[in-house]
Amino acid sequence: MRRFFLIAVPYVWLLALFLIPFFIVFKISLSDLALSIPPYTPTMKDGIGQMIKAFDFENFVFLTTDDLYWKAYLSSLKIALFSTVLALLVGYPMAYGMARAPEEWRPTLMMLVILPFWTSFLIRVYAWVGILSNEGFLNQFLLWTGVISTPLAIMNTTTAVYIGIVYTYLPFMILPIYAALDRLDESLIEAAQDLGCSRTKAFWLVTVPLSRSGIIAGCFLVFIPALGEFVIPSLLGGSGTLMIGKVLFEEFFNNRDWPVASAVAVILLLILIVPIILFQRNQQRQAEAET
Amino acid sequence: MSQKIFAPWDDPNEKPLIRFENVTKKFGDFTAIDDLTLNIYEKEFFALLGPSGCGKTTMMRMLAGFENPTSGKMELAGKNIAGTPPNKRAVNMMFQSYALFPHLSVWENIAFGLKRGSMDKRAIAARVEEMLKLTRLTKFAGRKPHQISGGQRQRVALARSLAKAPKLLLLDEPLGALDKKLRQDTQFELMDIQESTGTTFVIVTHDQEEAMTVASRVAVMDEGRIIQVATPDGIYEAPNSVYVADFIGDVNIIEGTAKPAGDGVYFLDWTENEPPFLATSDVPFSDGQKAHLAIRPEKISITTEKPDDAKNTVQGTVLDIAYLGNLSTYYVQLADGRIIKAQTANTRRLSRRSITWEDKVWVSWNATAGVLLEQ
Repeated sequence: MRRFFLIAVPYVWLLALFLIPFFIVFKISLSDLALSIPPYTPTMKDGIGQMIKAFDFENFVFLTTDDLYWKAYLSSLKIALFSTVLALLVGYPMAYGMARAPEEWRPTLMMLVILPFWTSFLIRVYAWVGILSNEGFLNQFLLWTGVISTPLAIMNTTTAVYIGIVYTYLPFMILPIYAALDRLDESLIEAAQDLGCSRTKAFWLVTVPLSRSGIIAGCFLVFIPALGEFVIPSLLGGSGTLMIGKVLFEEFFNNRDWPVASAVAVILLLILIVPIILFQRNQQRQAEAET
Repeated sequence: MSQKIFAPWDDPNEKPLIRFENVTKKFGDFTAIDDLTLNIYEKEFFALLGPSGCGKTTMMRMLAGFENPTSGKMELAGKNIAGTPPNKRAVNMMFQSYALFPHLSVWENIAFGLKRGSMDKRAIAARVEEMLKLTRLTKFAGRKPHQISGGQRQRVALARSLAKAPKLLLLDEPLGALDKKLRQDTQFELMDIQESTGTTFVIVTHDQEEAMTVASRVAVMDEGRIIQVATPDGIYEAPNSVYVADFIGDVNIIEGTAKPAGDGVYFLDWTENEPPFLATSDVPFSDGQKAHLAIRPEKISITTEKPDDAKNTVQGTVLDIAYLGNLSTYYVQLADGRIIKAQTANTRRLSRRSITWEDKVWVSWNATAGVLLEQ
């Protein structure tokens, strides 16, 4: 009985906070736009039988007719993928440096990585507006040093979105990689050198493969939220950046087309399920390897 | 097998494989190796023995190339190797933790070093098979390190470090992680492999029994210095200092003043009311010089009657008996309170033992049984 209760708690949690909301969204995606409150038909008021009869996949079909949507999905995938690679390129050396730092420095370095979380995410993204805009700190500084004569147009470009995403999700990349590198036995590197590897070769043959699980975890932790990202592209990317999160927001709030917005959300979730399952599999394999 | 005794260190024409000349290594203020000079010869099984922190691991790491000497010369086969990185030395090391690559199979672990060279694939495969056979691991070639036992892991580490046929193999406490029974078997395996491959082995250990079993020569170290280098029997029978005598095995140390009694024989005055002990020594002692008589417990006999033929006899009371199964050590208290340990083999059953607690006994030994030491 007690065991049943223990297992029931997470399942009830998942049911109430994930599965039920998902079905509500899915139900709306099968409805039609209407000028009423809520802005779709049919609803429960029409009777369940009537409601189910009126459901159709019209909205999903609509998504395929307008190329805005698949372009937005594709663009989101591209941006998420590229940001993940960038975050890895920036995060790996940082994690490596942390793991190789003297023992007494590590808590401080760890603190520095986590510290940004203490400030609101929105404020931090707005801070980037202050840095990247034409009158921002970066341009002012570069103009002052004479490196450039006209301000760089970074704000409202995809570059700004990349900067924003890499900056925001960098700790999610660093921490799992650091955890993997921290566990790495130094004598393995020495053994590799002893057996004829240069330092670089030892890094590629021993350090990288042994931090693989950390790399995979970090990549998914960046990729998954970046794919549906809305705040960063809408604040830093301007109107030129097409991302599915932004499209979803606009359908929902600007067009008040809840059914189409719900259809967009359902497809986004289906796209995300693949990397989420892969991520789970990686975590599981890592846990097995440790026991 | 040839009857010639393996002793290149006694041959002045023999060129040493490794030469340390006035090597000093400092870590900040701490001197790990202090002005060390040492020759190690080809095909030797050389043991570095000492308590933890004596500098033996530092010496090994310098040989491997992970540390560089602060000053002094280090030669391998006549070439100065100070400053050569580890991947450019014909030296391989077997790590204390084994340091097996967890993401690679046993086969790939052994092949790791070979793949770094210019060997072709078939030659690598043949060499790995040979190593697997040598260490009886053929069945486990496909397993990952975490899927095999501690003893098997130890053999993988050995096979991996031997695969490249190094001039010199370094073994850092190679048997430390094994239980006693397995350790003893593995010691003989190591000796067999050393002999069959003809590789020079340098082993670091804090286990004196292990050093005595496997090594052709043993260096006893303390605080960054080598106190004595000798064959295992030399170290045991003729230690050059009280430190070495005490470090290797069990010993009775009797302090006193020496008095020459002619032709390498000395009297040792050790107490007031007893006659002096008689001891031989190759090292000359002057009249009245302080000396220590080091004598092993098994060289002392214990009897209930006073023996007639022994040179040194002294009476005492049995204070304690340590029963070790095959041996018994008797702790005999002399009149002046001093305790002498005497050891006998238990050739009879325990119930037939003639000496027991509180018995008056005689302990005795010959003039040649012990060694006289200056310090």
